[in-house]
Amino acid sequence: MRAWKFGDDVDTDAIIPGRFLTIYDPEELAKHVFEGTRDAFARRVKEGDVVVAGSNFGCGSSREHAPLALRGAGIRIVIAKSFARIFYRNAINTGLLPLACPETDEIHDGDEITVNTAEGWIEANGKRLPIEPVPDFLQRIVDAGGLVEYAKAMDTVETCTGSQR
Amino acid sequence: MAATVVEKIFSSKCGRDVRAGEVVMAPVDGAMIHDITGPLAVRVFREMGGERVFDPERIIMLFDHQVPADSIPAAENHVFMRAFAREQGIHNYDLREGVCHQVVMEKGHAAPGEVIVGTDSHTCTYGAAGAFATGIGSTDMGFVLKFGALYFRVPESILVEVNGSFPRRVGAKDLILAITGDIGADGATYQALEFVGETMRSLGMAGRMTCANMAIEMGAKAGIVPPDGTTWRYVTTRRDIEAFDLASDPDATFAEFRQYDVADLAPQVAVPHNVDHVVEIDEVAGTAIDQVFIGSCTNGRFEDLAEAAEVLGSDSFADGVRVIVVPASREEYMKALRAGLIERFVEAGALVEAPCCGPCMGGAFGLLAPGEVSLSTSNRNFRGRQGSAEASVYLASPATAAASAVYGEITDPREV
Repeated sequence: MRAWKFGDDVDTDAIIPGRFLTIYDPEELAKHVFEGTRDAFARRVKEGDVVVAGSNFGCGSSREHAPLALRGAGIRIVIAKSFARIFYRNAINTGLLPLACPETDEIHDGDEITVNTAEGWIEANGKRLPIEPVPDFLQRIVDAGGLVEYAKAMDTVETCTGSQR
Repeated sequence: MAATVVEKIFSSKCGRDVRAGEVVMAPVDGAMIHDITGPLAVRVFREMGGERVFDPERIIMLFDHQVPADSIPAAENHVFMRAFAREQGIHNYDLREGVCHQVVMEKGHAAPGEVIVGTDSHTCTYGAAGAFATGIGSTDMGFVLKFGALYFRVPESILVEVNGSFPRRVGAKDLILAITGDIGADGATYQALEFVGETMRSLGMAGRMTCANMAIEMGAKAGIVPPDGTTWRYVTTRRDIEAFDLASDPDATFAEFRQYDVADLAPQVAVPHNVDHVVEIDEVAGTAIDQVFIGSCTNGRFEDLAEAAEVLGSDSFADGVRVIVVPASREEYMKALRAGLIERFVEAGALVEAPCCGPCMGGAFGLLAPGEVSLSTSNRNFRGRQGSAEASVYLASPATAAASAVYGEITDPREV
């Protein structure tokens, strides 16, 4: 898997600019992913490539078009030192796996990466780097295949009050 | 056991003591959807097998990002959402009222102690009403539309205490930009910001909304101003609700404590291309600008327009500067009209547009060409946010925006 390396604070406007937000089809969105900020990405990205970034990946707007555009481009995994909160939830919900790894400085653009989520590590440049586990309540959504699949199986939820909704 | 305001809100929702770090499936009091992120939420709701929304009266729908429709797909989104509102019996404010966050507040949809979600990152604005309010994605909203509840990790809080009186022509926007510069773009991720102190108490709702609005720019899940007389006066004139006490216990556990004194605060400017790249105005004064935008959920209220008009005085805007003024809502627009502010702006050379998100969302109108420079009272200066990725956006207060628009370059409002 090829690594596409980005810096800190990659915002969701950079991932998919506001003028494309009437598009909802992931493959259509993918044509404009990182348009204006990294134009080569949409042209050259391949199915299964990995986005690797610094801290606070996905900050800014809550637009779910951002993880959808990345998914449409064939990205299934984003590895970053840390993620902005809304993007992190959106990624989990839409089947894009956000992996937190404090040592992404060790990974460079174009590196080949191996990811082993079961054992909790990634490997690049001959170095094995630890990834942080997804929180339990979100791992259940990942395991279900996203929030839609998770919710389909339910007629009601039990809220923290104990009542059914 | 001592608790923060946020812990008290979730404890009250859950009927038991909950503390920061716990994950709860909490019922929500309100859910806001708009024209950009709403259609996807509705599709997800259907995919989840949703037939009837959990409670149509708790759903707030309106259009503000692309109004009136700026493209055929935008118009189709509006049609799609209108049909959903009719089918479900949801009241739809449509495109008549203005920017979502302003409308939720002024129509009384947010009150102290409530848990509110919205498919927009600036949903945290309702923290000014003492609510726990946070932005979510469309898939999470699909879940909320179906079940009326969502998983929340109860956040720790950072206590921000602000004291002192603002100098002339320095205000809430300068304060929150200064705080954003200090905390950084991810300094409050997964946490809530609680704003207290005499300065916060002296601020009206407009200034409090400006502060709560920008909590997300520090990565925060929510920004909250504990309710006081000002809050309750605002809320009770819009909703039938009894006032109650809601404040953090003195011995509550905070992740961090920050103190500010605004007595010597200078006008602040966020420079391209990050909201936390904040400098005092001296460092950028004299920078030539092509466009000024006064508006948005951050600074499009009557008080903001009045601040800009006061600085403008009887001057005209500089030749070569496009000044776009967009009141945040119909209510704010009407107040500005009656006070003569709109006439003054138009006379001075501004384009006044109907209430909407305007240039802040970088799609509808007011886009920047490569190499152009904008000064904006909105909340984000990301590369490409307001048009070309080769354009530059500076963020500042309405006073700074007006002074800069008059001189055609970034100008200290205290010096005009």
